[in-house]
Amino acid sequence: MTMIEKILARSAGLEEVHAGDTVVAEVDMNVLIDLQFPRWVTPLRIADPERTAIVLDHAVPAPTIRDAEGGPRARRFARDFGISRFFDVGRHGICHQVIAENALARPGQVLTCTDSHTCAAGAYNTAARGIGPAEVLAVLCTGRTWFTVGPTIRYELVGELPSGVGGKDVFLHIAGTWGDATNHNLEFGGDGLASVPMNERRTIATQAAEISADFATFPADEVCRRFLAEHGADPGEYEPADPDPGATYAAVRTVDLSTLEPHVARPGSVSGNAVPISQIETRRLDQCFIGSCANGQLDDLRVAAEILEGRTVAEGVRLIVTPASQQVYRDALRLGYLGTLVDAGAVVTNSTCGACFGYHMGLLGAGEVCLTASTRNFRGRMGSPDAEIYMGSSATVAASAVVGRPVDPRTLLDREYSA
Amino acid sequence: MSDRWTITGRTWVVGDSVDTDAMYPGYAMKLDVPEAARHVFYALRPGWVDEVAPGDIVVAGRNFGIGSSRPVAALMRHLGVAALIAEEFNSLFLRNAVNNGMPALTVPGIRDLVTEGDELTVDLAEGWARVADRRIDAAPQPALVLDILAAGGLLPRLVADGYLPAEAAAG
Repeated sequence: MTMIEKILARSAGLEEVHAGDTVVAEVDMNVLIDLQFPRWVTPLRIADPERTAIVLDHAVPAPTIRDAEGGPRARRFARDFGISRFFDVGRHGICHQVIAENALARPGQVLTCTDSHTCAAGAYNTAARGIGPAEVLAVLCTGRTWFTVGPTIRYELVGELPSGVGGKDVFLHIAGTWGDATNHNLEFGGDGLASVPMNERRTIATQAAEISADFATFPADEVCRRFLAEHGADPGEYEPADPDPGATYAAVRTVDLSTLEPHVARPGSVSGNAVPISQIETRRLDQCFIGSCANGQLDDLRVAAEILEGRTVAEGVRLIVTPASQQVYRDALRLGYLGTLVDAGAVVTNSTCGACFGYHMGLLGAGEVCLTASTRNFRGRMGSPDAEIYMGSSATVAASAVVGRPVDPRTLLDREYSA
Repeated sequence: MSDRWTITGRTWVVGDSVDTDAMYPGYAMKLDVPEAARHVFYALRPGWVDEVAPGDIVVAGRNFGIGSSRPVAALMRHLGVAALIAEEFNSLFLRNAVNNGMPALTVPGIRDLVTEGDELTVDLAEGWARVADRRIDAAPQPALVLDILAAGGLLPRLVADGYLPAEAAAG
């Protein structure tokens, strides 16, 4: 069995599962977000408050009256049903970041949430995926749901990730080279994995949704175990799932990390649409965005601050930075990153999904060109359907904000560039 | 023929990788279902919501519904769409359809069978699609999925099982 087959078999109480099987699995952690609550119907009973978390993230602080009305419902529900893992505005963050910071996703376990980028938690060897609001409600009530097991694609990572190249670039290389993996599971491993830190793994796992994959899992290696221990999960509290030597894969693909360069996806999609930055056309940028569950982590803000230190955002360019959580915001404040970013001309916002999903803050007007480090570059995603959204790493976005067009961030990280 | 799962309707055909932002744009999430439904395919096929009629079937290409977990099926149901048929679905989108009581079936080769405006008949339980005397076989929906559809989606079933108050069944 592959990694994901092992986890799903265990959670379904079966000896084995294979691609094509439909199984009913126990869910170890079910995460509700604020968008669940405007149309909320309070259940009469729920399966287990200990296996439930509530994170307010998509529309906070409330940009509409409708969203504002969801908040009190969420608070009342958490209180009445004894849900202690309730992340209210002020200790909130984008749900996948909050899940990571609180070790809610654990190796070998199953996690569900009403957000398509829930596959992010695969970085922790968790079978995690997005489900719709009705299904989240069903898991809340019953504690379980069904999955049809897809075929697994294995990515064998070799070589070391070079400086200035991140998880976003690894993902864009995969998406650009192999295209969609619709209804397939992704499994990552190989000797090169040790050089990929947890934040970059989470970026890769998060983005699996963009090639239409179901689950994206990484092994619980030493790097992962250390991260989990630092965030409150002891090794005795989980059982990782490693693939069997004889596991069946739909494909095995090798990625040589050492040869990768920064990548950019052109507007519309990432599948077959991402190229090395040396091949991207020169475009004048109107907006640059660093944020979201994929690239609003502390390391994203660190690399942006390194690049922007002593420099300024190009005239006519808006650089918007959204820390992925209140904790990231506080850490970045304490470490001086936010001051550097703001001094360079960036706008630092509160933690929310707002700009990434085009709901509030930082929307694009018709004819504008954006380079984003966020999760998704669909037409109309961040505002007008007549805007163009390119996608790159946080380093690429920060460097491009300085120059005013897409550039290789390594030229600025080396401090050789002078505007 | 399994009458209960046989659906016939006039077709609308869209292409590959039609994403959820094209069907349920971010700004429409601020609206209630009836208003939000006015924005389905807003940039892909402007004006479509005025042309689609109750009982119509949407036929799509590969990777239909890539994107978010926003429940597009609720909008499609409001427009009266009777079924969603695709060469290939994004699994989150397919789950959302089923869980909101919207019949959906994967039929590889469906675009070779259907020209927009054709009358299409599909059977979810037996797994086939037919236009006039031409027919394609497909994998039937599993019993577990048909059970959810038969209940009208997950919410009515949760009401029937005593988890939710009766008002939730209205969706």
